[in-house]
Amino acid sequence: MYDMKRLADLVKSLEDSLAVCMRCGMCQAVCPLFAETGREADVARGKLALLDGLIKEMFKDPEGVRERLSRCLLCGSCAANCPSGVKVLDIFFDARVILTGYMGLNPVKRAVFRGMLAHPEFFDRLLHSASTIQKLFLVPSDDFSGLSCARFSLPGLERHVKALAPVSFRKSPGRHTPGNASGPAVAFFVGCMVDKIYPDTGHAVLKALRYNQANVLMPEEQGCCGIPALASGDLETFEKLVRYNLERFDPAGFDFLVTACATCTSTIKKLWPRFFGGREKARLDELAEKTMDISQFLVDQTGLIPAASSATGHKEPLTYHDPCHLKKSLGIAAQPRRLLSANPAYDLREMNEADRCCGCGGSFNLQYYPVSAAIGRRKCDAIIESGCSTVATSCPACMLQISDMLSQAGKRIQVKHAVEIYAESIRFRD
Amino acid sequence: MRAIRAGDNRFTFRFSGKEMHTKGVLKEFERILGKENVFSEETDLHAYSYDAAVLEPVTPALVLRPVTCEALGEAVRVCGENRLPLTVRGAGTNLSGGVLPKKGGVVILTNALNEIVEINEQDLYAVVQPGVVTAKFASLVESKGLFYPPDPGSQAVSTLGGNVAENAGGLRGLRYGVTRDYVMGLEFFDAGGALVKTGARTVKCVTGYNLGGLLVGSEGTLGVFSRITLKLIPMPAAKKAMMAVFSDIRQASETVSAIIADKIVPVTLEFMDNFTIRAVEDFSGAGLPVDAAALLLIEVDGHPAQVEEEAARVEQICRKMGVMRIQAARDAAERDKVWEARRAALSALSRVRPTTVLEDATVPRSNIPAMVAAIGEIGKKYDLLIGTFGHAGDGNLHPTILSDRRDAQAWSRVEKAIDAIFEKALELGGTLSGEHGIGAAKSKYLENEIGRPSILYSRRIKAALDPENILNPGKIIGG
Ligand SMILES: Cc1cc2nc3c(=O)[nH]c(=O)nc-3n(C[C@H](O)[C@H](O)[C@H](O)COP(=O)(O)OP(=O)(O)OC[C@H]3O[C@@H](n4cnc5c(N)ncnc54)[C@H](O)[C@@H]3O)c2cc1C
Ligand code: SF4
Ligand code: SF4
Repeated sequence: MYDMKRLADLVKSLEDSLAVCMRCGMCQAVCPLFAETGREADVARGKLALLDGLIKEMFKDPEGVRERLSRCLLCGSCAANCPSGVKVLDIFFDARVILTGYMGLNPVKRAVFRGMLAHPEFFDRLLHSASTIQKLFLVPSDDFSGLSCARFSLPGLERHVKALAPVSFRKSPGRHTPGNASGPAVAFFVGCMVDKIYPDTGHAVLKALRYNQANVLMPEEQGCCGIPALASGDLETFEKLVRYNLERFDPAGFDFLVTACATCTSTIKKLWPRFFGGREKARLDELAEKTMDISQFLVDQTGLIPAASSATGHKEPLTYHDPCHLKKSLGIAAQPRRLLSANPAYDLREMNEADRCCGCGGSFNLQYYPVSAAIGRRKCDAIIESGCSTVATSCPACMLQISDMLSQAGKRIQVKHAVEIYAESIRFRD
Repeated sequence: MRAIRAGDNRFTFRFSGKEMHTKGVLKEFERILGKENVFSEETDLHAYSYDAAVLEPVTPALVLRPVTCEALGEAVRVCGENRLPLTVRGAGTNLSGGVLPKKGGVVILTNALNEIVEINEQDLYAVVQPGVVTAKFASLVESKGLFYPPDPGSQAVSTLGGNVAENAGGLRGLRYGVTRDYVMGLEFFDAGGALVKTGARTVKCVTGYNLGGLLVGSEGTLGVFSRITLKLIPMPAAKKAMMAVFSDIRQASETVSAIIADKIVPVTLEFMDNFTIRAVEDFSGAGLPVDAAALLLIEVDGHPAQVEEEAARVEQICRKMGVMRIQAARDAAERDKVWEARRAALSALSRVRPTTVLEDATVPRSNIPAMVAAIGEIGKKYDLLIGTFGHAGDGNLHPTILSDRRDAQAWSRVEKAIDAIFEKALELGGTLSGEHGIGAAKSKYLENEIGRPSILYSRRIKAALDPENILNPGKIIGG
């Protein structure tokens, strides 16, 4: 049995941050999960109260608290709208780390994080093999979007998944881009999903950077940003990955670090420096300072070289979904839209509630698929209502979730990264 | 000891010190509501042990979430039959401990009962279930060119059931009144679970006792609302907002009286004291004058011509009263800016210290300067930070005490300051609560305001309607 007194002492380190919550309940208005379930333990106020409850030794068993804490998209909608300024996500990450440290990591996650994710080269090889054998398990379900579903019908596998790319982006030909040696030095942090599932997005980033006169730096060996591990409270794997990446991305070696993944960007900026001290922290702070979303770099730093106009009469209607980790965590919403408007072949039309969470939430989607899908369907409805033939966004995780939902709804709406839309309009003169 | 078992969880319902006969009750609830709508794990229960008041949490023994009004009635009936104390919970945003359950009691959630049944554009009324969120309703009404004015600061989450049960007010109270003024009819379950109907869909109705009048503001102690008929009005065609800055709080207050004496009734007449102005400025950098003693945010609405004329007159009056600066919003964006400052007040204040106690003392309009001065002295005497803002038009102030609950010594000063604020409000001919209700937090002060006979009369009503005292026991009138 767990010693609840000792756990209370551990959670007490969060007391000062917890005290900021005044229980006003305003987070109920914005929590996408609460909108589906109406359960107080699903919304920030409830979760914060549970942590207070741990401090006051109100519970016999910490498992219930852990389970409820993990039922959360970590979307930050609550934090972005909290009148009291409660640092909800910081608290949730810290609490997950404390609870996992105290209760242990579940065996499956341990095997995945410590056995695979923490060893990036091995992880790369493993997923490469997986991409070749996946055909045994998947059948194409949707020619249009390239999604597949499980070959065997198993309960819980009704989702339409995007198969792993046959060749990962970082290993693909054409990844070496000379760029402009005299331009700003820009490091490209690829991230797992762009690398292994959406290599086209990676190529679009390179094309856009090159077109905008950047000098691109892309270490071939890169690791995961660590968010899946941290979200499960696995600080050990997280720290390992951060160090691995820090070795390969020395902030002294470039002017900017860009990613095309909203989650990677916010993780590098907000979470990497949080769990380190001393010189490492100083370097991670410097790295965080230089890190930005690709659209932010192109729009704010290069002034975005407009594509050679190929404006024809007809413009394809296009809508944009704001990833939570870009808009709510980092306040970036205008730049991706500027990027989209730079392509004259499209006409940007806002959907309703463009910044409403898509429901993916990383491993939340795996653990709580039915409610994740219910949240996703609302997003999907808003996209369909917009009447657009393409939906763009700035995070591969959102792309995956939105594709699944649209495909299940039988809608032929293209899902693309904002930078792909921009890159489509680029024609090199050489 | 009698307990019921479900899986590994044991429950004991206690009430009035006695353990109640509960065998099979859990099963009964599960049958009526579906297993998934009966919460009994310790973590879920704990998540329903508080509301927005700064009070010690009280954990219920069981939480029910009916998804139909029939199931709501059945749940009330079963509680009644088993003499289980029950507390209805909307969004849990009340500031007076109104949804803290009786220990060992049941909490019933209304947030699954969220259907807007009808909006009647011809007869100007709407019928809703109790769990409909205020702002969702108001915006749907607005999309039809109609208007539902009560707009509590919590409207983005608060439920209409909670609004009716608290008789919630808002920024527009001065001109448009409060929730009470919009309740045309109610359907509610009594303590035995029988459905009682009162009121009508007509403007006039004299059929039977005015039960609605009794139930509005009853904080869940006399019945459980299942359906509410609300009055709608046409949307005013135009509005204009202004911000007036004063170097002296008395001038601001006299300006309020002068505006009303001139037969202008603004929609809103909001007030912010210097402490609040500075906090808002620190927080949002909106460019507020930090040396001002008081700010008035004034909005008039109506026909465009009338709005222009009234706005001009308000401006004249402000100048005559010696305003430092007055600024009228020229367009929607400027209007938004004016209101942003007011909307930021609570956020700005609540960030100053960990614990925020939002009080609700209300005095006759003319006594606002005296009340504000008294609050200043109370703050000094007890060495506390207090920012005051609120609805100057209604004399409804929100002295907001900023402290840290974990500091026992400071907290005892907070409690004394609250006592002193109430005492002063009553002395100035005011009331304990303009809109936040009495709940559990203020029931001990009630006798001072309304007197012993009123309490006894109220208790007799309660005892007659709810002989087993199961409906939100202990709230308002104690007991
Ligand atoms: C930030 C903030 C700002 C606020 N601003 C204002 C304001 O401007 N004006 C104002 O008046 N209040 C304000 N409040 C207080 C509060 O929001 C209101 O009292 C609101 O009406 C409560 O609604 P609720 O749905 O949260 O009800 P709850 O808090 O859940 O319940 C309130 C009471 O109503 C009872 N109740 C709820 N539903 C039913 C039902 N169906 N049948 C019978 N009884 C029921 C409950 O038992 C309880 O006693 C504010 C609160 C916060 C946190
Ligand atoms: S987290 Fe913020 S919004 Fe939610 S209850 Fe606490 S203070 Fe209010
Ligand atoms: S992070 Fe998102 S899902 Fe989690 S509590 Fe906050 S709003 Fe809800």
